[in-house]
Amino acid sequence: MNDAEGWHRLHPLSPVVRGGRATIAIAVLLLPTVLGGGRNQTRTLVDLVVVAVLLVLGFISWLVTRWRVDGDDLQIETGVLRRQSLRYPLSQVQAIDVVRPGLARLLRVAELRLRMGGASGKTARLAYLHEREVEPLRDRLLALARGAPADEPPPVPAVEHHLLATVPTSRLIASILVSDVGIAAELVLLGLVLGIVYAPSAAAGLASTGAVWILLVFQLVWRRFNQEYRLSVVEIPDGLLLRGGLVALTSETIRPGRVQAVRLVEPMVWRLLGWCRLEVDIAGRQRSEGEGQAQRRALRTILPVGSPAVADDLLDHLLPDRPRELSPAPRRARWKSPLRYRLLAWGRTPTCVVTQSGRLRRATNWVPLEKVQSLRRVEGPVQRRLGLASIHVDTAGRSVHAVIRDRDVEEADAALAELVVSARAARRAA
Amino acid sequence: MEVQWHRPSARLLALRRLQVAIATVAAVIAAVAATRASALGLAVGGAALVAGALTVWFQRRRFLAWGYAEREDDLLVRRGVMFSRLSVVPYGRMQFIDVTAGPFERSFGLATVRMHTAAAASHARIPGLARVEAARLRDRLAELGEAQAAGI
Repeated sequence: MNDAEGWHRLHPLSPVVRGGRATIAIAVLLLPTVLGGGRNQTRTLVDLVVVAVLLVLGFISWLVTRWRVDGDDLQIETGVLRRQSLRYPLSQVQAIDVVRPGLARLLRVAELRLRMGGASGKTARLAYLHEREVEPLRDRLLALARGAPADEPPPVPAVEHHLLATVPTSRLIASILVSDVGIAAELVLLGLVLGIVYAPSAAAGLASTGAVWILLVFQLVWRRFNQEYRLSVVEIPDGLLLRGGLVALTSETIRPGRVQAVRLVEPMVWRLLGWCRLEVDIAGRQRSEGEGQAQRRALRTILPVGSPAVADDLLDHLLPDRPRELSPAPRRARWKSPLRYRLLAWGRTPTCVVTQSGRLRRATNWVPLEKVQSLRRVEGPVQRRLGLASIHVDTAGRSVHAVIRDRDVEEADAALAELVVSARAARRAA
Repeated sequence: MEVQWHRPSARLLALRRLQVAIATVAAVIAAVAATRASALGLAVGGAALVAGALTVWFQRRRFLAWGYAEREDDLLVRRGVMFSRLSVVPYGRMQFIDVTAGPFERSFGLATVRMHTAAAASHARIPGLARVEAARLRDRLAELGEAQAAGI
């Protein structure tokens, strides 16, 4: 499927997989007409015409889409009426994902997704390629992004894979059961069971009206489980490799030095059990055109659930020089942030700043100072009365907002001045 | 911090006051007309008038709170009376700089300069600059940004 200029086509089955749930729905729809055989001829005909039109449209979209690696760029051309030629400079790649939803696994295809930095923060998608081509192509793109010459022989699969962390399934299930989403799902389930036992007629009505919400909650639980099943973190020369999934398999490669911020989350119940969750934030827009809800998350979970010791190990890899000691907020901050007051703290080293906050759950954010985009000092009316101020640390990541909240005005001013200087030094050194 | 603070053009204050005055007059007319000059309509209209007058007075403090300073490596922008904010944006982090002028600003010979970085939260703006100053600032920031550009 190559031509002289190095253009490639996607896998011919791509439109079918892209259709995803629609494809399955159509198959279910068609089944009775095919099996029943001509009970209602016009109906059958209409169904067939609709399917034929969809197939032709899918075929055309496949026909007009092509891609190639041109020098240091990935180039994708698509569209019939509005022809688009997209160029993605590989040096701006933040992360490369290989995604294989259930249907794609069945048909032995996979999607390659390149998350770009830069002002637009777009995502380049190659959906779908043959399973065989995907991993060599990913390695080649990573090598090009690293600045290797184009004619370099394909890299030998790295042997010294260093497994950093993985999660046993039983603990993952337990952690989801006591997470916020999990508890919501359990309450819904409990409510339904109680309703069926005591008032069957009312429960049936309730279930039918609240069906959307019930489905939504269980979908959230399922998605979490599906994504985080057997998630493992491996250190490879090209960065961090995250692999996992139950039905939909994903394998994400985060290039070294592209982590904008790291977040450690400890929900209240988890804290009692000594569990925590570690996520990293990378640059790029959360919502890209044509991405489903499941792909919108900008945070990459690298440890779905684990003990603080494991999280510490991972943090040592990501941020070797991170602040160990946090200084808590002044006592009078409790008048301004009564719920957060207990957890407010921050700390810094010459290369990294850490902030801690949270009402019920504790969230700790680390930001490497070389990634700081800008610093802001904000002082609201209540804060002014109490002699407090907050410093916001802005990064190109979209999900982690590190805020040094409610500090003494003098401390905040000194912190701002020092952070400006050390962020500049870190930026120059990077 | 020993820095030289600049203010937007004094015409920004006149512009903001004019905008508030127009909105107030429109609100009063609407209140009175919608209730056909009943007592309630007059009361609402009067309240709007008082609120408008207070806002016109308050605009002065808001105007005085605006300020920007060009330092060696970064731009400082401060704003806000109730919530006072100070942004520090390094030149090397600026991805592009916009100069915009709406119809009101244009008729006053003013323009707004916006600085964009890779972080959505840190987009700073300075409104009400005289057009010459806006152009100078834009060129200067672009030049410094190019000289100090850093990867994300």
